Amino acid sequence: MEKPVDKTGVRIGMWLFLYSEVLLFGGLFVLYAAYFHRYPEFFVEGGQDLDRVLGALNTVVLLVSSFTVAASITAIQRNRKVQSISFLLFSIFCGFIFLVNKYFEWGAKFAKDIYPNSDTLVFGEPGLNIFFGLYYVITGLHGLHVIIGMILLSVALWYVIREKVTAHRFGLLENAGLYWHLVDLIWIFVFPLFYLVL
Amino acid sequence: MEENIHEEQHIMSYTLLGGVLLSLLILTVVTVGISYIDMGFFNVPMALLVATTKSTLVLVFFMHLKYEGKLIVISFTSTVVVLCVLISFTFWDVAFR
Repeated sequence: MEKPVDKTGVRIGMWLFLYSEVLLFGGLFVLYAAYFHRYPEFFVEGGQDLDRVLGALNTVVLLVSSFTVAASITAIQRNRKVQSISFLLFSIFCGFIFLVNKYFEWGAKFAKDIYPNSDTLVFGEPGLNIFFGLYYVITGLHGLHVIIGMILLSVALWYVIREKVTAHRFGLLENAGLYWHLVDLIWIFVFPLFYLVL
Repeated sequence: MEENIHEEQHIMSYTLLGGVLLSLLILTVVTVGISYIDMGFFNVPMALLVATTKSTLVLVFFMHLKYEGKLIVISFTSTVVVLCVLISFTFWDVAFR
């Protein structure tokens, strides 16, 4: 006899973890708010230095991947395994594209001597140093979450292929999806706060 | 007993999910657009308003909060309230010191 599974309990556990993630990034946004109040003009100047096009592109990439993750759950619920697998593969591919864009974005900043502890920032305006410090910490931590999300989605993908995730039992896929949506959620706030400050 | 184990699951259609994605993409265009308009002080609140609308869409549909029980909805709302208290109280302290 199969052991009964508390499906709601499985999700509540994931949500509890997500709350701690929300507060982790929330703490960093508190720092952002406090320093934005202190150095508004430098936050605007720093924001204009960031690549809006790459930022917007990455927003679209994450939104589309969030959609495909949600669609892969619908697919598995309807017993369409191949569809679910292709949606998941596409989502992981989107995560990869996001990281490649981030690489080019950070690379361009490094080339201009803008990175933590670089001479330009350390001996330049403190406001800019703080803006880019926050930029690297928040987008770096977010990038780490993208990598973890891709690993979780890959695990879910493996379970779908092995048929351990099925139309009757898909809690693992759902939870991996919740994590991925959280990554998207954080980026929704990071994008306007860093890239679009006028 | 059986019914407890096989609780009802809500399946979201591709059409609904696609509609949510379309709204999210439109709101992204909106947030980029309004960032070019100089509204002085109101730029940041406007950007946050659009971001909050977008995240609500993600939470309600993609993360299916709409179909969750009270426990998850209430505990999530409490987390957001705690976060708002944290941000606003810290900001008041900094702004009116």
